[in-house]
Amino acid sequence: MSYYLGLVQLIGIHTLLGLSAYVLMLTGQLSLGQAGFFAIGAYSAGILTVIFELPIFPALLVAAVIAAFFAFVVGFPALRVKGLMLVVATIAFGESVRLFFFNLSWRVPRGGIEVGPDSTNGFREIRYFVANGWSAWEITIFVWVFVILIMAVLWWMDRSRAGAVLRAVGEDELAAQSVGINLTAVKVAAMTAGGFIAGIGGGLYAHTATYVDHLTFTVLLATFAISYPILGGLTSVFGTLIAVIFIQGILVEGLRFLGDWRNIVFGLLIIVAMNVKPFGLFDARTTRFLKRAVGLGGRGKSDA
Amino acid sequence: MLELRGLSKHFGGVKAVDELDITVREGEIFGLIGPNGSGKSTTINLICGVYKETAGTVTFRGTLMSGKPPHQRLRAGIARTFQNIRLFPDLTVWQNLWVAQNSPQDISSQSFLTRWFGANRRTRKEIAELLEFADLEHKRNELASNLAFGEQRRLEFARAAAARPKLLLLDEPAAGMNRQEVGDLSERIRRMRDSGMTILLVEHVMELVMDVTEQIAVLNFGQKIASGTPSEVQRNTAVQEAYLGTSASDTSGG
Repeated sequence: MSYYLGLVQLIGIHTLLGLSAYVLMLTGQLSLGQAGFFAIGAYSAGILTVIFELPIFPALLVAAVIAAFFAFVVGFPALRVKGLMLVVATIAFGESVRLFFFNLSWRVPRGGIEVGPDSTNGFREIRYFVANGWSAWEITIFVWVFVILIMAVLWWMDRSRAGAVLRAVGEDELAAQSVGINLTAVKVAAMTAGGFIAGIGGGLYAHTATYVDHLTFTVLLATFAISYPILGGLTSVFGTLIAVIFIQGILVEGLRFLGDWRNIVFGLLIIVAMNVKPFGLFDARTTRFLKRAVGLGGRGKSDA
Repeated sequence: MLELRGLSKHFGGVKAVDELDITVREGEIFGLIGPNGSGKSTTINLICGVYKETAGTVTFRGTLMSGKPPHQRLRAGIARTFQNIRLFPDLTVWQNLWVAQNSPQDISSQSFLTRWFGANRRTRKEIAELLEFADLEHKRNELASNLAFGEQRRLEFARAAAARPKLLLLDEPAAGMNRQEVGDLSERIRRMRDSGMTILLVEHVMELVMDVTEQIAVLNFGQKIASGTPSEVQRNTAVQEAYLGTSASDTSGG
């Protein structure tokens, strides 16, 4: 049972990770830096409950604010570049964050033992849930309260003028600024919101796993972050949730019984899916987004 | 209202716009014409801040615009349309007009939350008026990409008008239109002027330019070679040679 609950928790956490990329993708930006914000959230929340002995809820919020702050600061220089250059720039950011935590050692005595991030050995004592006697069910519900809350806010935002403006920027930046939209403000706002959501996801991850190290936050995780909204489509937040269930629930966990054959079947399934439904997994909006994001949209910057 | 002084834009060695002086007066329909590649679209991009000028100044209603980004120029009252229509294809007609609610009144009269996350009665009323102006009430929930060409053009006009601009830059609005549509367009441009907008029209279709404009400037190789009323410009020999061809008997062919 706890195995399935763990999977449900993981799906919730990865949904948050995917949604952090989703918000940014609405504005046409493809970021491989979401693992970095996730890592900042994870380590910050862990440090807050372990070293500063805060309760989980304020720790998560502060961690999310810290991640959002970094997203805000990184947003200004990073969003001056577009397309593949932004992908490269955000990979660099994510790797810098990972290497920072690879080197971070902050050990303090708490309750008779040394705790805190221990550079290469990871951060092993994030036991808030265990120490406070939370059951697996309670942890799962706690995670999903955040997931549902954030999905509801994003769903509502998507249907508001703010959502339309994000999409307008994603569809045509030149037209968007010509109707009076401040591109920098919109993109940085999306980046900051994405950082906040990834920060919460990271904080939850650290506490459900009780252990994190730098290897959790590689480019692979950042790739997962963007593959959920790409697979699920940009029509609504539910696409991202469905994609996470498909990838984490069915492809990654569901094929575990195949043992070593899993990766082969995983790859085969993707190839089959791409051949059977070349556009089926993507909606038209996502296909157009991908073309624009990598600069193949065929739309020049100028009319001249 | 709009003054361009010594305005220049060089792309490497190419002088797309060179030492351009133009004055557009309030309430005027001003035509900017010239052969392909003469710098008309570049001029529009300089006026609304998409390009940064190499030299010279753009002054709008006494305020220096140089160095201001496009969204600030829009809020100062300069709106535009595009030569190749640029709507937001995956947004509905209504949403296309909604995101364009960026006039200073829209910003000052609404709280942050209302502006971004709500749509008050005034906004809805304004969008309804714009839909009526564009004859698109029946298509309000269609995606912009599903509209016919003429409808897209009308939506783009309405979207530009959404910010209640003082000056509207029209970049070849008659491109791809038939005779009847051009007639409809003239009428629409006059209506926009009568509602208080000054119009700067960049156009190839001479029929429209001669019909609707009051003052014209002619560009060739980035320089102004003539200016005046439509009839003065039609008689100007430099214009006839550069733009209308050496035989000047037919000026209505476009």
